[in-house]
Amino acid sequence: MALLEVNNVSKVFGGLSAVTNLKMKLEAGELVGLIGPNGAGKTTVFNLLTGVYQTTTGDILFDGKNIAGKKPSAINQMGIARTFQNIRLFSDLTVLDNVRIAYHSHVAYKLPAALFRSGRFYAEEDQMAERAVKLLKIFNLDGKKDEIAKNLPYGEQRRLEIARALATEPKFLLLDEPAAGMNPQETAELMNLIRWIRDHFNLTILLIEHDMSLVMGCCERIYVLEYGRVIAQGDPENVKHNPKVIEAYLGEEVTYA
Amino acid sequence: MKRLLTRQNMIITAALLVVYIIVQVLLSTGIISAFYETNLILGGIGIIMAVSLNLITGFAGQFTLGHAGFMAIGAYFSAVMTVKWGMPFILSLLGGACLAAVMGFLIGLPTLRLKGDYLAIATLGMGEVIRVVLLNTKYVGGAAGLFGIPRITNWTWIFVCSVVTVLCIRNLLWSSYGRACISVREDEVAAEIMGVDITHYKVLAFVVGAFFAGLGGALYSHYYYFIQPGGFGFMKSIEYLVMVVLGGMGSITGSVMAAIVLTVINVFLQQYSAIRMILYALLLIIIMIFRPEGLMGSKEFSTAMFRRFERRDDRGSAGGQ
Amino acid sequence: MEQFYVFLQQMVNGISLGSIYALIALGYTMVYGIIKLINFAHGDIYMVGAFVGYFAINYLHVGFFGSLFIAMAACVLLGILIERIAYKPLRNATRIAALITAIGVSFLLEYTTVFALGAQSRAFPEVLGNIRFGFFGNKVFITNKELLIYGVTLALMVLLQFIVKKTKTGKAMRAVAFDRDAAMLMGVNIDNTISATFALGSALAGAAGVLVGIYYSAISPLMGMNPGLKAFVAAVLGGIGSIPGAALGGVLMGVIETMVIAYGQSTFRDAVAFAILIIILIIKPSGIFGSNAREKV
Ligand SMILES: Nc1ncnc2c1ncn2[C@@H]1O[C@H](COP(=O)(O)OP(=O)(O)OP(=O)(O)O)[C@@H](O)[C@H]1O
Ligand SMILES: [Mg+2]
Repeated sequence: MALLEVNNVSKVFGGLSAVTNLKMKLEAGELVGLIGPNGAGKTTVFNLLTGVYQTTTGDILFDGKNIAGKKPSAINQMGIARTFQNIRLFSDLTVLDNVRIAYHSHVAYKLPAALFRSGRFYAEEDQMAERAVKLLKIFNLDGKKDEIAKNLPYGEQRRLEIARALATEPKFLLLDEPAAGMNPQETAELMNLIRWIRDHFNLTILLIEHDMSLVMGCCERIYVLEYGRVIAQGDPENVKHNPKVIEAYLGEEVTYA
Repeated sequence: MKRLLTRQNMIITAALLVVYIIVQVLLSTGIISAFYETNLILGGIGIIMAVSLNLITGFAGQFTLGHAGFMAIGAYFSAVMTVKWGMPFILSLLGGACLAAVMGFLIGLPTLRLKGDYLAIATLGMGEVIRVVLLNTKYVGGAAGLFGIPRITNWTWIFVCSVVTVLCIRNLLWSSYGRACISVREDEVAAEIMGVDITHYKVLAFVVGAFFAGLGGALYSHYYYFIQPGGFGFMKSIEYLVMVVLGGMGSITGSVMAAIVLTVINVFLQQYSAIRMILYALLLIIIMIFRPEGLMGSKEFSTAMFRRFERRDDRGSAGGQ
Repeated sequence: MEQFYVFLQQMVNGISLGSIYALIALGYTMVYGIIKLINFAHGDIYMVGAFVGYFAINYLHVGFFGSLFIAMAACVLLGILIERIAYKPLRNATRIAALITAIGVSFLLEYTTVFALGAQSRAFPEVLGNIRFGFFGNKVFITNKELLIYGVTLALMVLLQFIVKKTKTGKAMRAVAFDRDAAMLMGVNIDNTISATFALGSALAGAAGVLVGIYYSAISPLMGMNPGLKAFVAAVLGGIGSIPGAALGGVLMGVIETMVIAYGQSTFRDAVAFAILIIILIIKPSGIFGSNAREKV
């Protein structure tokens, strides 16, 4: 059974159809790219998958379960996590708190335990802090755990967003332009990191990216979106030479690896 | 247990005990006059009200203008329990607080979908509705008010209740539950995506805040012998909101300090009764212009400050201070 | 039939009260539209307007229109002054800090007036006399004062609509309300535009103050609190930021309140207004004329 099945999903805003008859299928463990020109509907797909928007038609099955009508928080608890194209950290909180908030669904102690500071409370809080620091270490952010998120440099904020998403312990991770605004060296490092994360955490990843070299070098399979429709899909080699893709990207700067 | 016996906790406990005993001695020897005692009680109620409102508005980010409505429910229901049903005070206190919490739930569930100023106006409306309903309820005396409530609230009750309130809300906030509430304030969409059911936590903050506001109301009615619906109007809600903003939204110690400072200012201004409100108004305006984030901003005052400037993390760390 | 006449009479009274709410609500809605501040002092500007009118008639011996003009002018000055001194420094502070400041200004106006003039209410001088026009065989009456309230309110609203839609200042106001940064880039003088908004809103509140003095013949330093709140509710009801919304919301509010007093229990008048507000907010938070804006993720 596929981990994610998107069946004929459409999303209409007013008169504009941002996503039309989208079909997607992701197997567990895949690292898949989602590309397309500006305004193609990529972020909208993420918003549909995470419950931020409701689909106009069609349905989305995750792990065999329909996510229609579920709140984003419930969908997250099913195992879908994401980052945002425009960074949305809890910007006035510390790096550590950003991650700890994301662990929230896995906290077992109840309110009375917190109010009366039971032993269980301390045990779990300690364990959580430890896990958070371990996770931050992967992103080389453990040294900054007490800094306020908004004071981090841009690249670190992007990495913190990924760390925060991972803290929810997802099966499926959606990354919306994780390398946006990074320099080539940072980007390269990030790509290695993403693959490593996938292997290390047994994740399935869907990745939106503008930088073609990055997608081509990193993803095993790619969907190309234009005007809300899938115009091509397959492995990077095929997609790269697909005439429709070349046409769609005509006029845009295409950087091949 | 060991975690609770930190140096800081011991200092705070000792300091609180000293304060309690000194004031108790001063009261029983009559050095603190009735006038100052009244203000002491009002200050304590101010702490309870401001800290509970800060949980809702400062930490969970839900702007409400109806906090006095919950206070009214606590005040009236507890008074009814004592006067009409002959219940012991402790049960009346809890009863008032619990009914306020229930009302908090019933009011919060539909209104907390609203954002920002809309929520503020809706809660303002709710507060007014509560007041008018009380005004029209014969059983509790209507506009004339409810009479014959015994004076039971004293310094000991006020002291214990304020400490319990502050402790409970602090413990709530510095836990996973509190962090979830704060994440709602920071970014609702991001919080929801991180698995935080935002409605759940908004309602939680509202219910807990209402509970303690009800407690404050119960203490209030058992100090004043009699209560009137007019005493719990919009102006009362504003009074506590001012404490929260002045102390710093998202700072518990800020609210405590602001409640004390404003009570002291109030005492001081009594002697200029003719221009008291004018001075109060000017003070508000000037403080807001020059320090809009309040006395403490979102920082907490702690004994650690005496040694070094506090690390931001102290607020969130669970390492029981 | 008798019932119908009573209803009609209540309607006449309700629209008068509603017109006054509407005039105050317009100021709330414009200020909110432009700086997102619930200007709690607005109700007190209306009170100041009433007192200026009172003194103008008593000591300057001007007539109704003279006092109306003087009150409006004084409120314009007051409104601009308040904005410049108290609100401008807080434009980049949190909304709640600005709100507390507004509450401070409100207290300041109220209690300075109490201090200067005493808390008791005063009789507003009679300048118009009492003329009643009977309809339906003298079953329904409209007084000359009510006609005046309708007329002045209508004229001011038309004037406001003209200023907002046709003049340069009005266009600037709409631009700043829509997107302040963009307006600034387009060369709109933000400070002056905000001042103009306060000026217009305050002028309307001042007019409402004089009208209320004429209609109810009594004014007091704390008279602004309750109508201020209700006018704000009216603005929310109509869709805050919307001028026709505020006008309609105000009239609705007045009519509903009058009907509750006539047919229900007068002690419930405030509760009903707020209950309706809450219901509207829950069903359509943006009010009757507001548009639902959704956040883009
Ligand atoms: N909430 C919304 N309301 C109305 N239209 C929307 C909304 N969200 C997205 N759209 C529209 O849907 C289309 C697709 O937007 P989307 O953000 O998904 O594109 P994208 O592929 O992510 O583009 P980019 O590369 O610029 O991030 C755009 O035309 C956008 O304006
Ligand atoms: Mg996008």
